[in-house]
Amino acid sequence: MSKSVQSLYTYTFLLPAGVIYALFFLAPTFLSFFYSLTIWTLSEWRFTGLDNFAIFLSEPSLVIGFRNTLVYATVSASLKVVLGFLLAAFLTSELRTKGFLRSLIYFPNIVSTIAVGIMFSSFLHPSKGIVNVLLALIGIDGPDWLGNPSIALLSVALVDVWKGVGIAMVIFIAGIQAIDRQYYEAARIDGASSFDALRHITLPLSRSSMNTVIMLAFIGGLRSFDLIWVMTKGGPGFTTDLVASIIYKQFQGGFYGIATAGNVILFLIVSAFAIPLYRIITKKEVDL
Amino acid sequence: MKRTVLIALAFVLIAMVAVQAAGKSEGSGDASDPSQQQKIVWLHFANDVQQKGLDAVVEAFEAQHGIDVEIEFRPGGPEGENLVKTRIAANDMPDVLSYNSGSLFQVLNLEKNFVDLSNEPLADRLLESFKATVTDGKGGVYGVPYQPIPAGGIIYNKRVYEELGLSIPLTWAQFIRNSEIIKAAGLVPVIASYKDDWTAQLLILADYFNVEASNPDFAEQYTANEAKFADTPAALRGFEKIQEVYEKGLINKEPMATTYDNAMEMVALGQGVHYPMATWVLAGINEKFPEYIDDIGFFALPGDSADKNGATLWMPNNISIAKTTKNLEAAKLFVDFVVSDEGLAALMSAGAPDGTFAVKGAKLPDTVFPAVKDVLRYVDEDRTAAALEFLSPIKGPNLPQICVQAGLSLKTPLECALEYDRDVEKQAKQLMLPGW
Repeated sequence: MSKSVQSLYTYTFLLPAGVIYALFFLAPTFLSFFYSLTIWTLSEWRFTGLDNFAIFLSEPSLVIGFRNTLVYATVSASLKVVLGFLLAAFLTSELRTKGFLRSLIYFPNIVSTIAVGIMFSSFLHPSKGIVNVLLALIGIDGPDWLGNPSIALLSVALVDVWKGVGIAMVIFIAGIQAIDRQYYEAARIDGASSFDALRHITLPLSRSSMNTVIMLAFIGGLRSFDLIWVMTKGGPGFTTDLVASIIYKQFQGGFYGIATAGNVILFLIVSAFAIPLYRIITKKEVDL
Repeated sequence: MKRTVLIALAFVLIAMVAVQAAGKSEGSGDASDPSQQQKIVWLHFANDVQQKGLDAVVEAFEAQHGIDVEIEFRPGGPEGENLVKTRIAANDMPDVLSYNSGSLFQVLNLEKNFVDLSNEPLADRLLESFKATVTDGKGGVYGVPYQPIPAGGIIYNKRVYEELGLSIPLTWAQFIRNSEIIKAAGLVPVIASYKDDWTAQLLILADYFNVEASNPDFAEQYTANEAKFADTPAALRGFEKIQEVYEKGLINKEPMATTYDNAMEMVALGQGVHYPMATWVLAGINEKFPEYIDDIGFFALPGDSADKNGATLWMPNNISIAKTTKNLEAAKLFVDFVVSDEGLAALMSAGAPDGTFAVKGAKLPDTVFPAVKDVLRYVDEDRTAAALEFLSPIKGPNLPQICVQAGLSLKTPLECALEYDRDVEKQAKQLMLPGW
């Protein structure tokens, strides 16, 4: 068999996956670049140049959307990293109920986001919700978690942490369990406290899992949509709109061209954050 | 040996399923086969408050014509609109469709996607004002009404009004004065249910009678990009009213946690006294609190002058026939039946309607709710105007959120109006209207 035939032979194995990838991923991606330049009613289109981008970027709520998206992604990602790490460190210790606790913390992750959103919307009701009822018992007058424009976004971000911290924890547990026990034994002989061990052994050696968690959580936060949509619909007014919910509202309004332009912009933003972020954290890993 | 048998068996099974599937698709495609029951599919709103009445209409139709009607439910609001638009684009429309009349329906490219009914006898039975909301502007009529005509204004609790000795306000200033008295009595004067943000729009949408009273050509100029909400004082009033009830402390606590359903309960029990809403809420109140429906009344949203006082009318949703239908004759029979005397009788057999019909000569029973009688007084005295969304094809999709901003005083009324004007511009450009 000649070499070219042989390589052709290997390519035929890639063909089915390649066709599916091209059909369902590449084609829509390139089509969306095209449709973002048109007034599009799903069945007809008319070319309008960069108008859609201009309209989308002049959307009055967009500034709020960008700020909210960044705040949301940063708050939820950092809390997931910190809490996930602490929980993982705690649940890799010699604890009798750790199997149970691990499942308990991981559990919210397998519940549908919509269900979580509906559930917490009722928990966070300003007068009848369980959160404020409990706060009232200890004499605190709880705020309107989802109705107060200055804290609504943080309330949703916290729910997102509750739901997503399980994944972060599982990744950290995998990382921590891969650390050689000898380091801890050596440290103990040298007189290190368990906090020292956590600080100087566990933390640096779970760096690669931390990178994974940061990446996943931050990009997840940037693209986040479902939870905010169920809990506040971007409201009150536009105060909790994220870039993704603004795009969705364009779709709802029937502005398919503008919505597609918004998606192209979101794609560029996520790449603009994700690519350097990936570079920076993988570099640190090598430095270690 | 055993294995060959198994494989053979598997083949036989697959072949049987395939043959069956092929037979099935052949069967359903052939609607003209007389031996088979004809069937039309109706894509309709889920949770329709008058579903019982519509079920009765379907039943009566099936009995009379021997054609099955299968109702397929879809969500309402923007989600449902997107679903319909997607199904139109994918050529996957049902035989008949229910949809909002007016601007929402008119963006669907009626001539291309729906069957023109203007030459059918039923077209003569429809009110001209209704036909204007289901036309493409070229004389086509693309839908028939299946609901009573709703009126927008203030749904209020008559019992509390009597107890406090209040009279129906004819001006906004009187409305505020009444509200202050209600507040002093420890009740909620104005119910704000902003958790369902569409309800926040009513103080603007139902104010259109007052806009038209002072600017009779507003709808036309607005469509032609000559008048804006921000620079028309009468139109701006709507945003100001939403903000005023908040600033004066006249709305309930927790507006962002109060839903449409909560509001129904509040007004029915008299905990809240005014609810800016349209009469479609009556059926819901009647279903949940039938013992209180007689306490509920209606008055028009007052403007600034007592001698110009009237109600803003919505137009009922419509049923249209998709151009792609394979059962055109059956579908036509169905829409004809919906607006026939038998159809209306069947609809009303499940309960008194919550408004008059957009069908000529339709008689209402005496058992209509007191609030409906209040509305009929405005209709009889000809003190009504159609809502803006039925006079102009443009309605900005972000109005609910913009109204909530005004309703919580997050922005000034003028800022809200400017924001809404921008929102409208986007819609007008999408529709490629002249002048934008």
